[in-house]
Amino acid sequence: MTATTRTLESDIAIPDDVKENVFITSVNGIYNWARSNSMWPMVFGLACCAIEMICTASSRYDLARFGMEVFRATPRQSDLMIVSGTVTKKMVPTIVRLYNQMPEPRYVLSMGACANGGGPFKEGYAVVDGIDKFLPVDVYVPGCPPTPQALIFGLMTLQEKIRAQSITSVPWYQKDGELTGIVPIPVLGPDLVDLRQVDVIKDEANKTKLVTTEA
Amino acid sequence: MVEILDAPEEQTLTTPDEAIAALKTQFPGITDDPRDGHEALMVDSADLLSVAAALKNDLGFEYLSSVTGVDLIKDDKLEVVYHVYSIEAGGGPVTLKVQVPRDDSASVPSLTPMWRGADFQEREAWDLYGIKFDGHPDLRRILMWEEFVGHPMRKDWKEAFYEEDHKPFGSRWPGGDVVRMEELNPFGKNVRYPDGWTPTGNEYDVETNMYGMIQKASDEIPGLKTDKVTVNIGPQHPSTHGVFRMVVTLDGETVVALKPVMGYLHRNHEKIGERNTFIQNIPYTDRLDYLSSMCNNHSYVMAIEKLLGTPVPERAEWIRILMAELTRIVNHAWALGFFINDIGALQTPMLMLYIERELVLDFFEAVSGARMMCNYMRFGGVAYDLPEHVRGQEIYSFLDTLVNERIPAGMDDFLALIDKNEIANARMRGVGILSREDAINTSMAGPMLRASGVNYDVRRAEPYSYYDQLDFDIPVYSEGDLWARYKVRIDEIYESLKICRQVLGYLKATKGAPYQPEGKQQYNIRAPKAGDVYSRAENPKGELGFYCKVNAKATNLDRYHIRAPSFINLTTLEQMSIGHKVADLVAVLGSIDIVLGEVDR
Repeated sequence: MTATTRTLESDIAIPDDVKENVFITSVNGIYNWARSNSMWPMVFGLACCAIEMICTASSRYDLARFGMEVFRATPRQSDLMIVSGTVTKKMVPTIVRLYNQMPEPRYVLSMGACANGGGPFKEGYAVVDGIDKFLPVDVYVPGCPPTPQALIFGLMTLQEKIRAQSITSVPWYQKDGELTGIVPIPVLGPDLVDLRQVDVIKDEANKTKLVTTEA
Repeated sequence: MVEILDAPEEQTLTTPDEAIAALKTQFPGITDDPRDGHEALMVDSADLLSVAAALKNDLGFEYLSSVTGVDLIKDDKLEVVYHVYSIEAGGGPVTLKVQVPRDDSASVPSLTPMWRGADFQEREAWDLYGIKFDGHPDLRRILMWEEFVGHPMRKDWKEAFYEEDHKPFGSRWPGGDVVRMEELNPFGKNVRYPDGWTPTGNEYDVETNMYGMIQKASDEIPGLKTDKVTVNIGPQHPSTHGVFRMVVTLDGETVVALKPVMGYLHRNHEKIGERNTFIQNIPYTDRLDYLSSMCNNHSYVMAIEKLLGTPVPERAEWIRILMAELTRIVNHAWALGFFINDIGALQTPMLMLYIERELVLDFFEAVSGARMMCNYMRFGGVAYDLPEHVRGQEIYSFLDTLVNERIPAGMDDFLALIDKNEIANARMRGVGILSREDAINTSMAGPMLRASGVNYDVRRAEPYSYYDQLDFDIPVYSEGDLWARYKVRIDEIYESLKICRQVLGYLKATKGAPYQPEGKQQYNIRAPKAGDVYSRAENPKGELGFYCKVNAKATNLDRYHIRAPSFINLTTLEQMSIGHKVADLVAVLGSIDIVLGEVDR
């Protein structure tokens, strides 16, 4: 920082011996600077991408440089969920529950083709075609699997996003603002049921009923 | 402590052909598979148990490698295919097939009383094909959830995004007026519900079911107020090596019962694989055991080469062996790292061999273009020849350094830290014991089998590629505990290095020789004739088998089944963990070395 070259034009009396050691910044600046450099991801490997995620955290790629090496095994201590791999219908209720258990502010990074949109397994009967059908995703990292460099780029993109946020407008500090909210946990019926879609399912059921009675 | 197992004296071993002849004399009801290109014995479902007993007890075919279902929709039948091998005699399988009508009454006697290794595989056949196995102790769905409707691998079961029976889809090629079924789906998701179905609020709820299993049972000791508690571990848990779940009943800290729950990474490899053209399946095999993609490629292309009768040039075979053995080294390096991690040495041992793994991955990237998902082998060869340089170094000098210096030095460091370590030894010795008989009976494979004193390795028992021309040993330990599995993997790394050194010589000698069949590469291959084949290879995790069945002139497989070693090796998890503490349970799971992509497929 260039603090040493700038003198303070302020009414506040600052003793001479600390003048050289004082930094002035905005609340947003310091808040986002701290947050973006200590993103704690959740220990949460789903599939192949998890192996590259481990490589990213290991010595050669060294995620610690970004303050992100502190992988937490509990959602309560995590800021970031890296959805690293194929999301299956059997797994998605657990993933949504984990997301709901993370405290605000929380971010979701979708890693790899499967989490982004189903990837090579999209047509499968047990696969969810993208985690963004259930969770709000902040950053998508393409690749199958993305290389550690690509994941680091995705994480730096997330840092940029965080630095652009303002403490006055982020939803989790709004008095009456809309929270990013709790996502209803999908249930497993004859197929995966998104509880936000119950009305659509009922409409479709009526249509198929009509077709069968007409026939 | 490597046991030299002498060949049994004077005992004549039954070859598969002799066994088939003996079975035919003993059971007149047995016939040959009448279909063109299919080799098997057709057994009536009423005879199955006695045929299997004769095969196992009298003829010495005691290793049930694979059990799988097949949907013969044209004949309106369901089929169960069994592949049984002889551990002592080696060689090929005796294949049994049982056909039953394709309706709700479809049932076959369960082989679990004879082979516990059939347990998970029969549950899978029930789940995906709806074949009932009479006498199975716990016939529940294994990969899908209980409320799921239908048996998805049946040919008439179509997915929500279903377009056509085989690729490339007509709307994409050659016309190009792309219509994607996903865009027409009313829910905007990969879901489809039975006609007229509406949610009632009583659907299968994971949470209720998960915690419903947690029950307290009072202990019987009078005067002591103790309870047994059921604890759920996974599917999101750092020590389950992926999305695996164990429901464990504990008495204090001692495991008294365990139920593995899987299917959290069921990606429908088989259903998608039966729609893909032959070559489109190669990248999918990468994603089975995603730590050993080269070995998966190898096993799959061998199966299709058997079906198509494709010859492989010499240089391609040497390249394949080099790739397979380097994969074995990095797989074991990670398996050991994670295992030592599980017994308490957090991360350091894992990172010790990490940079050597990265060097191998750099080599794979230089060769194939990808670090992990190599998609490198092709029918009749490999996709590219070795490049000139890796990391700026001449390729053979890079490989020489890697094989002769870097990996041995890394192993020395690793062993100096772990091998004589008192804590590691205390945690490993005498824990998770699996006897020789149980290992064979439960269809264990790979290091699990060899750590229980069974000298069986597909590279020796039924040699493929050029393994019969190479000088290497099969490490066998008779202890059957965690330590034995650890030692088998350590020794296998050294044996693989030995193979790599020999192969490097052959590779230098065959520089410039063809690595693919002559002529233009065919991408959309048609099978010349109908047939089925079961091809297996010794993967780092164990025996990886592909059962492939094809119709004449088809461009895709009629049946594509993967015999996954990680999946079947989990059969003994409960047996090995009972009586040990929770901490040991984690170590036992680590010693099996599972990869969920292969467990759930």
